[in-house]
Formats: sequence, C-alpha cells, structure tokens
Amino acid sequence: MTAMRVRQAIVAALADEMRADENVIFFGEDVAEAEGPFKTSEGILEEFGPVRVRDTPISEMGFTGAAVGAAMMGLKPVVEIMFIEFLGVALDQVVTEGAKMRYLSNGTLSVPMTIRASVGSGLGFGCQHSQTLEHWFASTPGLKVLMPSDAQSAYSLLRAAIQDPDPVIVLEPRILYAERGEVDTSKVTKIGKASMRATGSDITIVALGHMVNIAEAAIKAAGVSADLVDLQTIIPWDRETVLASVKKTGRLIVVEEAPQSGGWGSEIVATVTAQLFSSLKSAPFRITTPDVPVPFNGGLEARFAPTSDDVARQIKHALSQSGAPQPWWVAEGVAK
Amino acid sequence: MTTSLERRNALYGNDLACYERMVEIREFEKITNALFAAGSIRGTTHLAVGQEALALGMATTLKPTDVIAGTYRSHALALAFGLTPHSVLGEIMGKATGCCGGVGGSMHMCDTSVGVLPTSAIIGGGMPIAAGAALAFQVQKSKNIGVALFGDGATNIGAFHESLNLAAIWKLPVVFICDNNVYGEYSRINTTTPIEDLHKRAESFAMPHMAIDGMDIHAVRKGISEAVDRARSGGGPTLVEAKTYRFSGHSRADQALYRPEGELEKWQKRDPLLVTEQDLIARKLITQDQIDQMKSTMESDLGALAKKVESDPEPELSAMFSNIWTPAKAGK
Ligand SMILES: Cc1ncc(C[n+]2csc(CCOP(=O)(O)OP(=O)(O)O)c2C)c(N)n1
Ligand SMILES: [Mg+2]
Repeated sequence: MTAMRVRQAIVAALADEMRADENVIFFGEDVAEAEGPFKTSEGILEEFGPVRVRDTPISEMGFTGAAVGAAMMGLKPVVEIMFIEFLGVALDQVVTEGAKMRYLSNGTLSVPMTIRASVGSGLGFGCQHSQTLEHWFASTPGLKVLMPSDAQSAYSLLRAAIQDPDPVIVLEPRILYAERGEVDTSKVTKIGKASMRATGSDITIVALGHMVNIAEAAIKAAGVSADLVDLQTIIPWDRETVLASVKKTGRLIVVEEAPQSGGWGSEIVATVTAQLFSSLKSAPFRITTPDVPVPFNGGLEARFAPTSDDVARQIKHALSQSGAPQPWWVAEGVAK
Repeated sequence: MTTSLERRNALYGNDLACYERMVEIREFEKITNALFAAGSIRGTTHLAVGQEALALGMATTLKPTDVIAGTYRSHALALAFGLTPHSVLGEIMGKATGCCGGVGGSMHMCDTSVGVLPTSAIIGGGMPIAAGAALAFQVQKSKNIGVALFGDGATNIGAFHESLNLAAIWKLPVVFICDNNVYGEYSRINTTTPIEDLHKRAESFAMPHMAIDGMDIHAVRKGISEAVDRARSGGGPTLVEAKTYRFSGHSRADQALYRPEGELEKWQKRDPLLVTEQDLIARKLITQDQIDQMKSTMESDLGALAKKVESDPEPELSAMFSNIWTPAKAGK
C-alpha cells in the first residue's frame, strides 16, 4: 500500500499501463509539457517520450476521434478531456462513431480507448465547468462509464479502463484530485463490479463518485447501520450486488450529483422496485441535485449537490416512514 | 448611478476617456488578482492585462446596438463595453449586485443594454452564436452587426471553421475578431498551430481578412471599422486578427514559466497603456503628472469599490431556481 493523492493515483495507473503495454498512448490539452492542468500526468512525458505522449491543439473532436481511429488500428489511446463539458464538441466521435464500431464491423473491430474527464461541482467554476454529465453517456449502448470515489478506485478503475477492449469513459470528480488515500497497485477492478464502502443492515445507499463520501458522512451523522454501495460503474451497473443488498435491508436510497430529471439512479430505483417489490419496507427514492445549472455563488453552490446533512435527514426519514421524503427545495419551500 | 450605456457613450470620440478606461481595466485586473490571492474570490479567473487597446478599439467602433459574443477572458471586454466595475466585480465575487446576479462568475459577463451577449467558457462557443445574431440582423433588415471575439487557440476548433464558412456563404453581417495573444493556456501558438498569421485562414472561405496591431487603439479602430463598414453595408464577414500578447498567465494558478526568455519584456515595450500614453502626451492631451494622478486615483477608487462589493448582499437561494426557463405559452 502506498499513500497517494487521487491525482497521483491516476498518474500511477497510467504509467503502470504504459509500462505494461507499449500500445498505450496518451494525449490531450497541455498534458505533456505542462503535465496536465490538474497535474494528472506528472512525469508521463518524461518517462514515455513525445511519440506516445502528446499535447494537442484545442480540437476535442479531432483528437478524440483520432483516438477512436487509432484504437481501431490496435493502439490503446487514453485521452484527457480537461472538463467534461469540452466533450460536448466531440460527442459524435464518442457516442455515434466510437460506440458503434464493433457493431458496424460485424464484430471485427474494437475500440479499446479510454477517455478521462474531470467532472463535478463545488469549486466555483460556474455552470459551464461544473456538471457531471454522466447521463450523456449512460444511455449509449457500446460505452462503459466509470467513476472513482477515492485514490484506490481512481487507480484500479483507470487500469481496468485502459485494459478494456471497448471505449470506456472515466469521469473523475475534480474535487477529489487532492484527496489522499492508500493505494494497493496490485488491484485492478472488474468493470461492472460495485464496491462495498460500508456494510450494515437497515438500509442500502447506492452512490457514485464523490457522493459516496457524502453518503458515508451522512450514514455516520444519522447513526444508522447501512450498506453503502460504491457503484463504480454506471454501465454496466452491478445489479447483483445492489439487489442482494436491498433484499437484505429492504430499503434503498440512491445519491446522485446530477439533475433529478434523467439521472442513472432512476434506472436503479426502477429495477429494484420491479424485482424486489414485495420485500421493500419503504419506498426506494433518489437524492439528486435540483434541475438547475450549477450556480457560481459559494453559498448557492454549497446547496447544489446533495450534502451530508440533507442525506442524513432523508436516511432518517426512510427509516421511520414508508413514503419518500421531499427534496430540500420542496421541503424548504424554495422551489417546486 | 451611471448606466452601462452612459459609460459606453462616454467613450465615443474621446481618446482621453478611452485611455482612462484602459487604466480602469488595468487597475481592475490588479485588484481582481489580489482578491483571488487573498481568497476572496472562488474558482478561476482569466486576466486581460495587455488586451485593453483591443477592447477599447472594439467598444468605440461598434455601436451599443451591435452585439458581441466573447469569451471567459471577459473583464476587459465587459468594462470597455460599458459594464460598471461594480457589476463586473460583483459577478466575479458572486454577489447579487453582479451583472448575472452572482450565479455566473468571472467567466460569464453579460449586459444586453450594451450588446454584450453572455460570454462563453467553452472554446468556440460564441462563434456560431455571433453568426446567428448576424443572421437575425440580415433577416430583420437591421443595420446592426454581430461580432465574435475569440483567442488564437480557438481557431483550431471546429466551430471556428463552420462559423466562418456559414458566414461567408450567407454573407452575414458579422466580424470575427481573433485576439492572437500568442498562447492558448500553457501552449505557445507554434506548438499547436502550423501557421502564426491566423487571419490567413479566412482565405479558404474566400473571406476578406487582415492583421492589425492589437496594442494600438488607433490601429485597432482602423482595422475593425473597415470590417464593420463592410458588414453593415451588406459586404459580408471579415476575419480580423489582432496581434496582442497575454501579459499574465492563462488563469489564476499559472505563472507562465514556459515563456521564452525576453518575450514578455519585448512585448511590454508595446504595452497598450504605454503606447496610448505616448500618443496622448505627443498630442498634448495629457501630461505624465496627470497620468500618474489618474492611475493613483483609479487604484484608490477601485480599492474602495472592492471593499464595498465584499459586503454586498449574496444572492437569495431562489436565484438558483430563476431564469432557467419559463412555462410553455403555446398550445393547450
Ligand atoms: C472546448 C474547450 N476546450 C478546452 C477548453 C479549456 N481552455 C480554456 S481557455 C483555453 C485556451 C484558449 O486559448 P485562446 O483561444 O488562445 O484564448 P486565450 O485564453 O489566450 O484568450 C483552453 C484550452 C475550453 N474552455 N473549451
Ligand atoms: Mg490565446
């Protein structure tokens, strides 16, 4: 085990894959000479050289699409998208080209590429640099979508992503880059497998990315015995683990840092409700952000993503009542 | 209270007022930088030190009814086009008094009373929008024009090429102004772009183009007015490349240690404030003493403003839920 910051775990995973497989190449904006705007590629150019490690122009469609093409010819490109929003200008190459190549080649081609992108609110970057946007990808068959919650999962998920034969999107909560944790570099996650952050008996909380940490704090604050499932992969998601947990506890809350409408948590709540209806003790529900852009002002942004206080309030509600609680903005009469 | 429009109108035909506004921008950015360093501002910021002549040249060539779509490097544009230092700093500090009510932040300036459309934090984001505004003016038979302001780095993104092509075939009343400050983030232009004279990219769209000295307000005005006249009179779009230099790092955290030695110093000799001062002194419109006086007054005025803005009200919680959409009006 080695103590690392999350951003260092990302560097370590990339470096380990680049050492293990010379087909792994890496590019993005200011990732080579400057070692990444978030310092997520420190030492990579120095160790692997300018053929495999490249700075790009500000051309996300061009270089993300080039990663698709290079992957089809046998390389394993890793591209860095500084803020997930910048993938907006490259969506065709990801969603409509890259994700369809295996299908349109009758299985003869694969696209073993990895897209890393920073996501999330909380740092005052405003509404065009603070979204998570996982739902852009979660409904695109052919893509795999991962999100780490700490240094270990940042390492183990990125290694899994690079080794995977399909296009994988790794969404990295920007707010965690500087967080420290212990990392076992022998661990590579199986894509599609959730991880149990905590185990308990009264309720199942499913969360992703930084919301796992928020949920963990909320469970402590609420003083309950809960299973905390760190989903890690949105597609394909770990039905087995989630269903087994809810079967045991009879209660489910999903915590998402994304707008209420169209979130991945709906899929989980729907699946659990349909399959475990008769063993549920209370209504499964989601805790999300309101359907609003991420506000810049610090006080407002602090209320945007689910907070541990509010998650604790809703956990207590779930344990005492059978119906779902209201989101804070309804409970406080701020919005409908 | 002075309105944005009054502040804008005060600039036309008044070179001294333009210079004073340039000083305002320079001092404003110093204060912004200091407030960031002191932790009074969240997030990030992109200073426009060195871009003052371009901003003022545009502001005094365009009419307040023309519209401009700019970028996250937004403070000089906003102040030059008329926004008050209070509304700009208020926004940067996330206050209810900011031009976007505090929900936008440093990268997002807007004031439709002087034609400043919301500045975009996405590279290329404003270019198709400027073309679209010009399309509206064309259809409406208005004499207004659209302007896109963007960086050198932005000429490598698809939106640049698509917008120019569209504007060219539709002969849209739009001016594309590229602020070539030599750097895109931490990368010098030669490492990302095979040519340095970016205006030549217009040739493949059969579009008129020119390079101008972006450090000299007179050169900026001369170049831009040619393009503006063409657009206003139905002659279609122009690509104008202003040669400038980014005196600060890319954003808050960047110390710009990657610059070649001596490059900054070379450009500092062409500092737009210095160039304007020399011109005004030669024309006997101002003395060095008056310049020094103006700068120190500006510094203390803006310092006092910053103190005031720090205690301005925060936006209400309801601001988070406002201005997202309005209920449908059509249909039943
Ligand atoms: C689509 C997209 N990609 C990347 C970025 C990150 N980014 C912000 S500013 C910048 C550099 C832009 O350089 P340039 O266009 O020359 O403008 P300047 O900052 O020099 O004014 C980059 C890469 C972004 N905002 N949007
Ligand atoms: Mg630039």
